[in-house]
Amino acid sequence: MNFLRTCLVLILLTAPAMAQSEDAFTGLGSNDFDAIGAAITALALSGDKQASPTIHAIHDETLYAAPDGSLLIKADAGYVDARTGAPVADVVEDDLIAVRVNNKVRRAVDAALGSLDLFAATPDIRRKAAAAVFLSRDPAILPALAKAIAGETNDSVRVVIRQAQAASQLANPDATEAEQLAAVAIIRAKGGLEAQSLLGSLRDQTPAVANAAGEALTALARLQQLWSLVQSVIYGLSLGSVLLLAAAGLAITFGVMGVINMAHGEMVMIGAYTTFVVQEVIRARAPWLFEASLFIAVPLAFLVSGGIGIVIERGLIRFLYGRPLETLLATWGLSLVLQQAVRSLFGANNRDVGTPKWMSGATEWGGVTVTYNRLTIVVFAVLVLAALLAVLRYTALGLRMRAVTQNRRMAAAMGIRTPWIDALTFGLGSGIAGMAGVALSQIDNVSPNLGQGYIIDSFMVVVFGGVGNLWGTVVSALTLGIVNKFLEPIAGAVLGKILVLVLLILFIQRKPRGMFPLKGRAVEQ
Amino acid sequence: MSRLSLSLSLLVILGGAALLAVLNLAAPPSSAFHVSTYVVSLAGKYLCFAILALALDLVWGFAGILSLGHAAFFALGGYAMGMYLMRQIGTRGVYGNAVLPDFMVFLNWQELPWYWMGFDNPGFAILMALAVPGVLALVFGWLAFRSRVSGVYLSIITQALTYALLLAFFRNDMGFGGNNGLTDFKDIVGLDLHLDSTRSGLLLLTAAVLALQLMVARFLVTSRFGKVLIAVRDTESRTRFLGYRPERYKLFVFVLSAVMCGIGGALYVPQIGIINPSEFSPANSIEAVIWVAVGGRGTLIGAILGAILVNFGKTIFTGILPELWLFALGALFILVTLLLPNGVLGLFARRKPEKSQ
Repeated sequence: MNFLRTCLVLILLTAPAMAQSEDAFTGLGSNDFDAIGAAITALALSGDKQASPTIHAIHDETLYAAPDGSLLIKADAGYVDARTGAPVADVVEDDLIAVRVNNKVRRAVDAALGSLDLFAATPDIRRKAAAAVFLSRDPAILPALAKAIAGETNDSVRVVIRQAQAASQLANPDATEAEQLAAVAIIRAKGGLEAQSLLGSLRDQTPAVANAAGEALTALARLQQLWSLVQSVIYGLSLGSVLLLAAAGLAITFGVMGVINMAHGEMVMIGAYTTFVVQEVIRARAPWLFEASLFIAVPLAFLVSGGIGIVIERGLIRFLYGRPLETLLATWGLSLVLQQAVRSLFGANNRDVGTPKWMSGATEWGGVTVTYNRLTIVVFAVLVLAALLAVLRYTALGLRMRAVTQNRRMAAAMGIRTPWIDALTFGLGSGIAGMAGVALSQIDNVSPNLGQGYIIDSFMVVVFGGVGNLWGTVVSALTLGIVNKFLEPIAGAVLGKILVLVLLILFIQRKPRGMFPLKGRAVEQ
Repeated sequence: MSRLSLSLSLLVILGGAALLAVLNLAAPPSSAFHVSTYVVSLAGKYLCFAILALALDLVWGFAGILSLGHAAFFALGGYAMGMYLMRQIGTRGVYGNAVLPDFMVFLNWQELPWYWMGFDNPGFAILMALAVPGVLALVFGWLAFRSRVSGVYLSIITQALTYALLLAFFRNDMGFGGNNGLTDFKDIVGLDLHLDSTRSGLLLLTAAVLALQLMVARFLVTSRFGKVLIAVRDTESRTRFLGYRPERYKLFVFVLSAVMCGIGGALYVPQIGIINPSEFSPANSIEAVIWVAVGGRGTLIGAILGAILVNFGKTIFTGILPELWLFALGALFILVTLLLPNGVLGLFARRKPEKSQ
């Protein structure tokens, strides 16, 4: 029933159009290129359903005029009448004359093909067609554009078609100055690189239009600068949150406990490998769980790295308290052992850690592109930090940790088992490193050397922020991230990093205890 | 360290090197006493590392400065020598350019950068091998010691220093050969580097330099200056309150140590035949620390012994069981810090354990 009604509507719609377009089709057989061009444009505007195959045929040079005035399209299996689309039998090929094409006709064809899609049924195709017209800027399409705007029902598509109209208007020698000024205003509102290159090409226009274009161009360039600034800040925040994740655990073990754990990077690396193992198990046993693999990996990585951390504290570090340089060397040795152990277990090559669907892709905010995995890591860093602060502040364990770090002997006298608190604190710091590893597995290569790349940066973050101060670590991680990203476009990625390191080395000379040093007696320990 | 043990170690270093050289050159290859050129080069490498360890022991063992970036000074000296050797190649390079080293031709550079000027002169190259590490140590040390950055903080920023240099030398447009570094050397002061006699000569020269440095270091630490240095190591604040200026003592010994490293690096490169940015990697510097720790910190001879022992072990290990080397090295770090705070020498001389900072 529905189908019949659609057919009826189609017939009703096309019947008058066919009658009208008789002229348009006839013009195609003409000898005059101008007449052919005009006929193509008229045909494209007609809305005739045969317009598209016919114009495509001209494009492919498969349209022929017969002596009786009919137009034939050469198809794979014989000829088809251009007006009706019906197959035509008994054609005398020798009588056929190919429809003539020169560059002017080809331009008309291209414009017509562009404008044909302006009337397509799906809004997406219409939007794409309008965007193509914006780039081709053919005044010949102007009538089609006007018609499309009038008939457009989708508001957002209409905006795009208006912009295409404005672009074509600027290329139209017959447009009035007022029309062109209005067009410049529309293109200025559109913004973006395409608009900038279009406005940049308007120097030959009348002074008023050229002036308006120049103004628009400066305004857009300023906007562009603003957006790239925002982009740098966002990238910087993203890098900062990665640094924060890597350094948050260190802020506990180094900052709070004063233990130099050079194997901290390896705790991160173990967290990343935990993610890999979790995903392998899921792939083998329960593929439907893959989207949730990271949620499973985060607590597991915390437990694995935290557990290894506790073992390290009990087995190694507790013998070295009060000897920071020896701790540094011993934990460095430990990091070599852990790296080699992972290399022996998993191989030296990078391991493939998958990204769940909800983390892939990107979104656009105004002029900046933000990938979802970076966004997730920023959110994750905030959550981890909040959880860490909450543990330190509101739990019994946190209370004991703070008591032990502030005054070990007094805490012991109050009945706190300080050795166990040391082990748990170290385990907490290592566990956070493990969770950082889950996040890093999404943006970095999972290899035995993963941790080494972060250890120097992490120490820099903690030292820069001020030892023993979690908020200092946050500020310093974000500052370093943003400074790095601002230096990158100026100096290049590697040189930018070198500059940051040099600046940090100089900064530590000025303020050996970081941006936010602890005050009071604890300092002189 | 007694006078006797010093004479004994000088004898061993010089005698050992001379013996190797003689057996390499004089004994025919068929003889059971023949020493291959490979062994001569290996011994030369060990002695260069011993120079690095000695220099590190001077700052760590006697001034309490744990530098985790000392290999940077070594590598800078090495690059200075490498630049000289590069210039010596001349038209014998792949591209046959008389002035530009191959990698510059490859990068399409038209002329020699200004900082490569003068490196065709061996004297200038040696001077730079001393001056560049020295000046870097002077600037870095002056900044660090003046603002009393010490202990772990100093260790971390020295590590950052060598890391920054590592990143910098990896860049192609720095003009030091980028990733590949400098290699393919032909000859040194007119002597073919591939000749056995040149190799043996370099070994003897290295041994002589090491012996000289050992004497200088020993003279320094037994002098009045050395006593102050040890006081600074043990309690810096008290030394300051007694009216000394710890930062000056530390700066002097830090610069001296860097210069010693530079010489070591300059001797290292012609014997190894290559210098590349990986020499700057923080891991190298930390490995040098473990040589000192294994031999015995603050003993000078121990540092030399440790460097030779650990590197000998490395050669053996990486030959037989390459996968296990990192396990062994890591275990060495842990065991030495836990069980042998005074290193191998500490086993023989029963001294009172020192209190470390």
